[in-house]
Amino acid sequence: MTVTAEPAAELGRPRRRKEDARLVTGQTSWTDNLSLPGMLHLAFLRSPYAHARITSVDVSAARQVPGVVAAFSGADFAAEQGSLPCAWPVTPDIVIPDHPPMATEEVRYVGEAVAVVVARDRYTAADALAAIDVNYEPLEPVLDMRTALDESSPKVHEAGNKSFEWTFANGDVDAAFSGAPVVIERNYRQQRLIPSAMEPRSVLASSVGGDVTLWSATQIPHVLRVMLALVTGIPEQSIRVIAPDVGGGFGSKLQVTAEEVLAILIARKLGRPVKWTESRSEGNMTVHHGRDQWQRIRIAADSDGRVRGLSVDLLADMGAYLMLVTPGVPLLGAFMYPAIYKMDAYSFRCTGVFTTKMPTDAYRGAGRPEATFAIERIMDELAAELGMDPLELRERNWIKHEEFPFTSIAGLTYDSGNYEAATARAKELFDYDGLRAEQAERNARGDSVRLGIGVSTFTEMCGLAPSRVLGSLAYGAGGWEHASIRMLPTGKVEVVTGSSAHGQGHETAWSQIVADQLGVPFEDIRVLHGDTQISPKGMDTYGSRSLTVGGMALVGACDKVIAKAKVIASAMLEAPPESVRFAGGKFSVGGGKEISIQEIALATFAAHNLPDGVEPSLDSDATYDPDNFSYPHGTHLCAAEVDTETGMVKIRTYVAVDDVGKVVNPLIVDGQVHGGIAQGIGQALYEEAVYDEAGNLLTTTLADYLIPSAADVPSYVTDRTETPAANALGVKGVGEAGTIASTPAVVNAVVDALRPLGVRDVPMPCTPERVWRAIESASGAAAGSNGGAA
Amino acid sequence: MIPAKFDYVKPGSVAEAAQALADGGEDAKVIAGGQSLLPLLRLRLSFPDVLVDVGGIDELRGVTDAGDSLLIGARTTHYQVVHDPLIAEHCGLLAAAAATVADPAVRHRGTLGGSLAHGDPAGDLPAVVLALDGTMVARSARGEREIPAAEFFVDYLTTALAADEILTGVRVPKLGPGWGYRYEKFHRTAQAWAIVGVAALVRRSDGHVAEARIGLTNMGSVPVRASAAEAAAAGVEATAAALTAAARSASDGTQPPSDLHGAPDYRRHLARVLTGRALVAAAGA
Repeated sequence: MTVTAEPAAELGRPRRRKEDARLVTGQTSWTDNLSLPGMLHLAFLRSPYAHARITSVDVSAARQVPGVVAAFSGADFAAEQGSLPCAWPVTPDIVIPDHPPMATEEVRYVGEAVAVVVARDRYTAADALAAIDVNYEPLEPVLDMRTALDESSPKVHEAGNKSFEWTFANGDVDAAFSGAPVVIERNYRQQRLIPSAMEPRSVLASSVGGDVTLWSATQIPHVLRVMLALVTGIPEQSIRVIAPDVGGGFGSKLQVTAEEVLAILIARKLGRPVKWTESRSEGNMTVHHGRDQWQRIRIAADSDGRVRGLSVDLLADMGAYLMLVTPGVPLLGAFMYPAIYKMDAYSFRCTGVFTTKMPTDAYRGAGRPEATFAIERIMDELAAELGMDPLELRERNWIKHEEFPFTSIAGLTYDSGNYEAATARAKELFDYDGLRAEQAERNARGDSVRLGIGVSTFTEMCGLAPSRVLGSLAYGAGGWEHASIRMLPTGKVEVVTGSSAHGQGHETAWSQIVADQLGVPFEDIRVLHGDTQISPKGMDTYGSRSLTVGGMALVGACDKVIAKAKVIASAMLEAPPESVRFAGGKFSVGGGKEISIQEIALATFAAHNLPDGVEPSLDSDATYDPDNFSYPHGTHLCAAEVDTETGMVKIRTYVAVDDVGKVVNPLIVDGQVHGGIAQGIGQALYEEAVYDEAGNLLTTTLADYLIPSAADVPSYVTDRTETPAANALGVKGVGEAGTIASTPAVVNAVVDALRPLGVRDVPMPCTPERVWRAIESASGAAAGSNGGAA
Repeated sequence: MIPAKFDYVKPGSVAEAAQALADGGEDAKVIAGGQSLLPLLRLRLSFPDVLVDVGGIDELRGVTDAGDSLLIGARTTHYQVVHDPLIAEHCGLLAAAAATVADPAVRHRGTLGGSLAHGDPAGDLPAVVLALDGTMVARSARGEREIPAAEFFVDYLTTALAADEILTGVRVPKLGPGWGYRYEKFHRTAQAWAIVGVAALVRRSDGHVAEARIGLTNMGSVPVRASAAEAAAAGVEATAAALTAAARSASDGTQPPSDLHGAPDYRRHLARVLTGRALVAAAGA
């Protein structure tokens, strides 16, 4: 045995993703690709009314259609379907209405399931829906959360339209505002968004001899299993949930859906496997929506720009029911309004309101994009009011790098950060001063295409989450994560993770971490996930938690393997354990005596000469519960050109300098940042779920609900600063940062371009028509009536 | 996609296709690239009894020099239109507009004839063929006839084609020397339909506009010509100021739709702005 050079570190290496070949080609186990013998297909009949009493449902004619095996209405499930769960009762007196997977008496949004056809093929199932006869007695819809709390408003539920009111305050808010030289108040609209994962939801359920297996395009196989047991009463040990490869989620698959529960119940009734895959239009109506808040935000400052206090009052549209974490989403934002700024006082109030629309729930960023938008928008407004440069105003207020760890006015302890460094780098890459000069020049000559510069110096809280904190916020579960390592006899490694990847690249990143920890080749590692029988423990993937929580569990599991192996190495090298060193996959005791972890794996498998009391196993389990959130931050700068004649916004330059701590794989980080920015641009410029005055969703196709594609977004300039987080790997979450940062950067740029024309806000999405109308109403003149200037 | 049930035939010649349509009557529908029809089938807004797939008829594909005009087969894809040398030489506006259609995947499958026969006023090519004074060539078991573009687009998603007629091609007069052109498409994302589009052709002579033709996309239930602006532009000096002034009447007489992407007043405004830009570009002013 000779000492060899230590292999190159995997951490920080731009590895191409192991999983991409099968994901990109689709040659994999997407749920809709799966087929079981005797499998039947489901089609759901959905309510065409936003609010109505169901007076009768007759499915008998549908049962007569050739090829149809069964048809059911809500009454057929009434005894067993239970109520879809809400795991986050944010206040003791919160109203959580009963939420039957299939409506029985009343429908409360367009798209709510009222009947189902089970047929031998999807086409027959869809055709037979026409044979179902439902009688409705229409009721008044409730569509505007701002008037839903009025006495005169029709009620979504008997208990009324208010679900909860949640408050937080720290510091003397009255003192901060009274006598403040500058107080600004703004109302911002977080429009309702439709998460648009590439893979639609899909479910396949099988019930054999009392054992239920559910394949689902879900982010949360583990949470889902627990919840299905609680909802249906099926014993937990009889439920297996499999999330095969899943094509994106963005929070929309962090849910326990009606279709999942009903598929299980139907499979059990019929003794045959059943499958359902939504169409895009069905999904737009019935995948939980995101955002949908009205934000009233007030900021008090001294005349030199120092922020004294902040006050936020939210209305949050819950939709018709509370789903898995619906009421918790605004709370995740509650702590982020003060962002990176120091201030004396902060108060927050959120009222959750029921309407007759699809329920809202987590969507990429969940609460933090809303908060970041409002604070970053109003910081720009404050800068304009004071005649200050928006970056200078931010610098006057932000936490300096030497002040970390720092406890914010919202009570969060930020472990690390360096806002100065990220901002300096972003300014340099952006040519901030040059663009400001060009902007001034174009404003001076009254250019019809104005230039705007948008700033977003964001942070966010992710890595969900310390279990104690979740408990203090009344969430129904913990925030730990689990990992197992299995050393195979041939020296290869199986890694089992409770983080259920749905496109994030865990198989690659986890292999890199384990390769470094155990000193085994990247190629020798296989990562297993997403099946409650293979990966029995986990809290799944959302809230940018996989690396900062699941990654730490992985490190813990590796440590345990190394500790076990060290005992065996000590015996094999005939040296006391304390003299054994482990590095680069080898245990050594000096003098050239060493043994590789692979050799120990084989020796452990053979178990011929293990020390007394040592188990013949090199496997381990570890569960990690973080003691803090993760706080990535960064500075995003956007230069946008606004054609004042048409209202068209074109992003010219977008610079993102993110600080996500230590980077495991820069390609994956770049991918997350790129996709995140695009999704944030989507909210800023393109996306909005629109209901008409009767409560019909108008944006049921991707022709009406516009999402930006590669052709519509600019070529981003990305860079990083690296301020390590206070965890073993020094890493922070990155899954949501781009989305959180980019929306205010873009809208700030749009408003900055138009401020000389008198425009102070453009509601999102900043469509060309809205931009044009904002200019029109600001100028009070018919800016558009004189045609185009050449 | 879960459409309603339909029968499917794939004829090998135009004659066979015409016979299939004659047999199918009102409930038969032609499908070529499927880029317009499939979304309607998916949404069950269209539920024909029989689809006549002309995708196997090679005689419908390609561009022929017919002397004063080009005859472009109905099955010629957008991609082929964009890259065809005869089209580039004699009616480049068509290629320029086809290049703005959706995305590469759609341009490789979608066809010129399909886009025209679909009769969607939001489609880019109907207004372009209208501005080019094109003529549709239609065939049925009863014979062949030619329909001028101005008579072809009858109403929203409705053309002058009879139920048993197949659009076999488009005859486009060659533009002579002195013509410039521009297609101004205004849309929110690359794949989205035009909120408004303007197809402009300008023939310059001695620094003046000898003739202007303007087709408008999505400014009514059918593609329309901006006749007032055409008249206003005719004879003016080929300067940006004069052409922009002429464009002020571009929205006269239009009845644009109202949808999530734009109210009628905004569309009229856009039509004026974009017509100005298109005329200036087409005139090289």
